[in-house]
Amino acid sequence: MVLELHKPRPIWQIMFSTHHTDVGLLYLIMSLGFLFLGGALALAIRAELFFPGSQIIADSMTFNRMFTVHGTTLIFLFILPSASAVGNYFVPIMVRYKDMAYPKLNAIAFWMIPPGGALIWLGFADFTWYATPPYSIISAPGPAADMWIFGLKILGVSSILGAINFVVTIMKCKHPDMSLGQVPLLAWSFLSSSLIILVALPTFAAALLMLLTDRLGVSGFFNPAMGGDPIAYAHLFWFTFHPEVYVLVIPAIGMMYEIIPRFSRKPIFSHASGLAAFIILAIVGFSSWAHHMYATGMSFTEKTVFMVGTLAAVPASAMHVFNFLATMWGGRIRFSTPMMWAVGGIALFFSAGAGGVVNSAMPLDFVTHDSYWVVGHFHLFVMGTIAFGTIGYVYYMFPYVTGRMYHEVLGKIHFVLAMIGTVMVFFTQHVLGLYGMPRRIYDYPPIPEWIAMNQIATVGAMLIGISMAIWLGNMIYSSAKGPEANMEDPFGLGGRYYYPHTQKNPHH
Amino acid sequence: MQNQPNMRGLIGSMSDEHSSWPEWVYIGVVVALLCWVGAEAWNVERLVEHVPEDAEIIKVVGQQWFWTFEHEDGTKEVGELHLETGKAYKFEITSTDVNHSFNIHDYVVLLDAVPGRINTVWFSPTEAGEYDIQCREYCGLIHYNMRGKLYVEDPS
Repeated sequence: MVLELHKPRPIWQIMFSTHHTDVGLLYLIMSLGFLFLGGALALAIRAELFFPGSQIIADSMTFNRMFTVHGTTLIFLFILPSASAVGNYFVPIMVRYKDMAYPKLNAIAFWMIPPGGALIWLGFADFTWYATPPYSIISAPGPAADMWIFGLKILGVSSILGAINFVVTIMKCKHPDMSLGQVPLLAWSFLSSSLIILVALPTFAAALLMLLTDRLGVSGFFNPAMGGDPIAYAHLFWFTFHPEVYVLVIPAIGMMYEIIPRFSRKPIFSHASGLAAFIILAIVGFSSWAHHMYATGMSFTEKTVFMVGTLAAVPASAMHVFNFLATMWGGRIRFSTPMMWAVGGIALFFSAGAGGVVNSAMPLDFVTHDSYWVVGHFHLFVMGTIAFGTIGYVYYMFPYVTGRMYHEVLGKIHFVLAMIGTVMVFFTQHVLGLYGMPRRIYDYPPIPEWIAMNQIATVGAMLIGISMAIWLGNMIYSSAKGPEANMEDPFGLGGRYYYPHTQKNPHH
Repeated sequence: MQNQPNMRGLIGSMSDEHSSWPEWVYIGVVVALLCWVGAEAWNVERLVEHVPEDAEIIKVVGQQWFWTFEHEDGTKEVGELHLETGKAYKFEITSTDVNHSFNIHDYVVLLDAVPGRINTVWFSPTEAGEYDIQCREYCGLIHYNMRGKLYVEDPS
């Protein structure tokens, strides 16, 4: 553990370390860095859309590049690495092993991310995070697109290496006295999401290579001019990235499973139900990928099959929500900052899920598809659920990572502003979608309803921006000057914690 | 202390410490709601996909960054489309370059224009007026302004 408070080390010792808490710290810092970079792009996008016409972004190509890099960054360079950060800190401790199963592989998986991120940011491609062919093959400009493809390739390999490491650590290195069912739910969330990665990601890895050779002109897998089929790419892409949605959300749910019982001062209502929901989601998540493609001209039968597959994933998510509420029911709840984030995240998770049912119902999908409804819908997951769970967990980890306590009042202000902002941006975007505004547009006609709702969304985004600036200040200041935390019970809750700081560090 | 579940089967341990019937009732309600949504969606989609036999065919071509329409009698329109109330129209949608998505939001007409494929969707305008046509799938530089107008008139 990096208890730098008492025994500070030079930075290179942490960078070249393979110890799981050091790699976790690297993951954490890098993912938060990319969160702020990607968030800055989001603020620029929202500012541009405040009025119809051109505001602060000079031309549509720049705008298109910005939302592409925004999406790619926050998914691959914030959400995935921040989950790995938490997993690195807590999984080995929860399974009572000295480190990750393959420490060097762990460090390699981390160090593949900076070059991948650099390729994405230096290239600044414009074909959306979905890289849809034939646009991405015949129309997307220059080296940017190729750099994006190579960047994603590297990040994909890093994800697979990380997933192998988590699976082996949990399945093979757990303490022999502990049955797999007794492994805490946070670690279980990493097991199930890692298994999904191992099954889903190779498909996209193949599709990326095919995309690259198509761009080079030596093949025509997705190029209709050469006899290929762009819809084939859509299937390959969504076969990876619909399950990937669960890869993103499951660790955040796992983090809530750590926070909610702790701050309710009550055991989890049902460990087995949470565990069953993780397993069900990991399996059923593979039956719904083509619900992203109703509008590509699928047959009625195909649409029906994927609608049923999608609806089948809902009960598992509903089980988590029930479990959280039943855990809180009758508990002596302490609304410290991490708990506020977790509870807010659950509320938004429920809203996002309800909106998802609307999307999956075939006739309604043709109202919402590729409109701002979809933008609002998935942002309620990635921001409202995943980022909320993760930020709550970062507050929860803060005393363990730094040995100091963050400023509680600022943490609460951060939550309140971000919650109001999130509701303003993403609920409004649902309605905006019902009014027909397409996503990924640089400018829009001056329709009064569109203008009003875009302005509400932009104000909300600025509130989120302010709250994140408060957070950044709080973290930087508190990690250097904050009061020393009581490491046995930093939140004054009693009970037993997992103690990352008791892990022996090889450099000490 | 922390939960020490005992894994004599997942379902078994759910009923170990406390009654689990509220969870089962809740899951039952959720599943029932989902079944209702699914059945209703299936039924509505089945009805809206049934194309009337007398539907006039309009060929729609999307390209960067405008729409072209061809009526059954061979007349072509670019960027605007003139139709009459009370008739049924079937769009045959395709693209010559990249993916687009043909959308008349007010009539919930939405289908991708994919090069190399012809997708069909039908509708029947009910009220005279002007409606927006737009592209809903990202298609590059001027995607934001790949718009058209639908003029619906009463038959003379």
